[in-house]
Amino acid sequence: MSRRARAIRAAERPEGARRWAIVGAVLALGLVAAAHVPAAADESVRIGSKKFTESVILGEMARLLVQSAGHAVEHRRELGGTRVLWGALLAGEIDVYPEYTGTLLKEILAGERLVDEVALVDALARRELRMTPPLGFNNTYALGVSRALAERLGLRRISDLRAHPDLVLGFGNEFLNRADGWPGLKRRYRLPQRDVRGLDHDLAYRGIASGALDVIDLYTTDAEIGYYDLVALEDDLGFFPAYDAVLLYRADLEHRAPGAVEALKRLAGRIDAPTMARLNARVKLEREPEADVAADFLAGALGIESTIAARGPWERLWRHTREHLVLVAVSLGAAILVAVPLGVWAALRPRAGHLILAAAGVIQTIPSLALFVFMIPLLGIGGPPAAVALFLYSLLPIVRNTHAGLTDIPAPIRESAEALGLPRAAQLRLIELPLAGRSILAGIKTSAVINVGTATLAALIGAGGYGQPILTGIRLDDVGLILQGAVPAAVLALLVQGLFGLAERLVVPRGLRIKALDAR
Amino acid sequence: MLELIDVAKHYNGAIALAPTRLRVPRGETTVLIGPSGCGKSTLLRIVVGLVAPDSGRVVFDGETLGPANVRRLRARMGYVIQEGGLFPHMTVRANVTLMARQLGWDRARIETRLETLLALVHFPPALLDRYPLELSGGERQRVSLMRALMLDPDLLLLDEPLGALDPMIRYDLQQELKSIFTQLGKTVLLVTHDLAEAAHFAHTVALMRDGAIVQRGPMQQLVRAPADAFVEKFIAAQRMALEPLRERV
Repeated sequence: MSRRARAIRAAERPEGARRWAIVGAVLALGLVAAAHVPAAADESVRIGSKKFTESVILGEMARLLVQSAGHAVEHRRELGGTRVLWGALLAGEIDVYPEYTGTLLKEILAGERLVDEVALVDALARRELRMTPPLGFNNTYALGVSRALAERLGLRRISDLRAHPDLVLGFGNEFLNRADGWPGLKRRYRLPQRDVRGLDHDLAYRGIASGALDVIDLYTTDAEIGYYDLVALEDDLGFFPAYDAVLLYRADLEHRAPGAVEALKRLAGRIDAPTMARLNARVKLEREPEADVAADFLAGALGIESTIAARGPWERLWRHTREHLVLVAVSLGAAILVAVPLGVWAALRPRAGHLILAAAGVIQTIPSLALFVFMIPLLGIGGPPAAVALFLYSLLPIVRNTHAGLTDIPAPIRESAEALGLPRAAQLRLIELPLAGRSILAGIKTSAVINVGTATLAALIGAGGYGQPILTGIRLDDVGLILQGAVPAAVLALLVQGLFGLAERLVVPRGLRIKALDAR
Repeated sequence: MLELIDVAKHYNGAIALAPTRLRVPRGETTVLIGPSGCGKSTLLRIVVGLVAPDSGRVVFDGETLGPANVRRLRARMGYVIQEGGLFPHMTVRANVTLMARQLGWDRARIETRLETLLALVHFPPALLDRYPLELSGGERQRVSLMRALMLDPDLLLLDEPLGALDPMIRYDLQQELKSIFTQLGKTVLLVTHDLAEAAHFAHTVALMRDGAIVQRGPMQQLVRAPADAFVEKFIAAQRMALEPLRERV
């Protein structure tokens, strides 16, 4: 073939179409790969835990026990607060999680005014749920103050707080809002304090150590009570109920995984409060992995030897990276597939365009954390709801830039295409989309970078990713662990940015990247 | 070839084009001239179908233009605008051959046609793989003209095709364009505001004002027998600009 003929053949291909085809293929590959990442096998038993240390340790124990009974088991750690775990259990997203009787009676099922544990068992049975006998410790709430303050003000009982309205109170967000937490306590004791701050339970200890807070809520098995030399004030009016630890599980577990429930019940009555406090301390203060602490206890108390597949830091990093990438790839890919056509539609139909842009804008104003939490009642926990939230969050920049890129095309160029007699679809494909390519790509880049950052919040609803070590790091007050999530997330964001720089060379036609000669 | 029958257009209540009749004879060059805002561009845009008239109709080679046939008939019209309207992301070659490729012409036919056009408009083949931004203004208008001629249209519509060029290039291109029109024997409808340019190209001139054609005929007729005071003034104004110079030369 002569050089000229080859050149003509190259020219015959619609300009830019090849580049878009490459980008499309890469995108499709990403989606296919994401779809093939194995989901958790349906047959395995799924344990959940709340996002505090004791719950994670108990979750690990449950995992090792079910494993010892010969079943495949998975522990979805630190899924969130009480509501998330309860919802996940009801929805069948998890089979087991550690809970406290007081929380069941006074918070989760408070509306039913259950009088005793018999009524509680009935109420659970109506929901196809059961619980093990109490594990042996009562982890009730208490209010804690530093020993120095207690001595200076003579504080021994919660009633003593009434005389000191200026004290600064800092409570975990859950305690602050629960019926059996601050609202009820304040009413019962007629406490006058006004300065009440909500914060993460684990950060509250640092607050009281630094003197920023005077009174915080404690779990009586918290390891930090001794460590920070705090005094737990006596609940002299008997407000706090007993919070006996139990394992809640779905009734169908008994035939789905024969022997698993029997294994879980072996914990009944085996953990007393000092033991639990010591286990908590080993994780929080001595930085031992929860799995090791749980396995040691089971070996000592129940004679169950378990081999713990020690996960190296690289393996963990790879897992978080994979989870994070899947979240970003799926949500961003779907957002591109939806938002680009939406943007095109908005540009072609100005009236619909106003609506589309406004709707995408409204979604963007929802705080990202709230958007994740909204997904729980709709889609449960884990990867899918997180991907949907990220997808919604990624729409606006792409829609807006697609719309802007198309409407910014100069009228003479648009009219030339029309006057040539090009069909409307060909105008869009051959002229308008290539010319808007740079703007569309910039929108996708913005979405991608936001997406990578926002995906760290997905760990809050059990989707894992780089947010997981950040979450655990906050719980354990471990800056190193926080960095294990924050640094890779930042690196990934930079990488994505660089990748789009390369993509721009592919998508933006050469004719638009060169400098005009007119300046000569 | 082309006939406008009582074609009118309003924009937000203002008259852009009063009901207008115009016949463009086959093989002739008709020039629309007049001050800016007189409706000459609107008329051209109605013919090519970019603007729909409020009333009246455009008959092109016996067919009334409408949404059903406008795309088909556009393939028989070539349209050139002031800034060229070239697609900046396409090379010269891609710009010129776009429509032919769209219509499924085979390679050999495209190549033959391209070579004919290169020779016709004196465009250097070496520049075929350049992008519009890499060309001078004059080169761009040659490309625009090639693009308009690619499908060998029956009617050429040119809206101030030389308006953005500097005077030297403009003069050269005027000469070339006229010889192209003559060679090809095309029917041409050209819009300009420049009297000399109109005189250079036109078999027939139509002078427009406020959306209406005030006089139509050969240039000499407009000069010798202006239909009204406006025609006389429009012609005088442009001649006066030239005559003092002529005396000095």
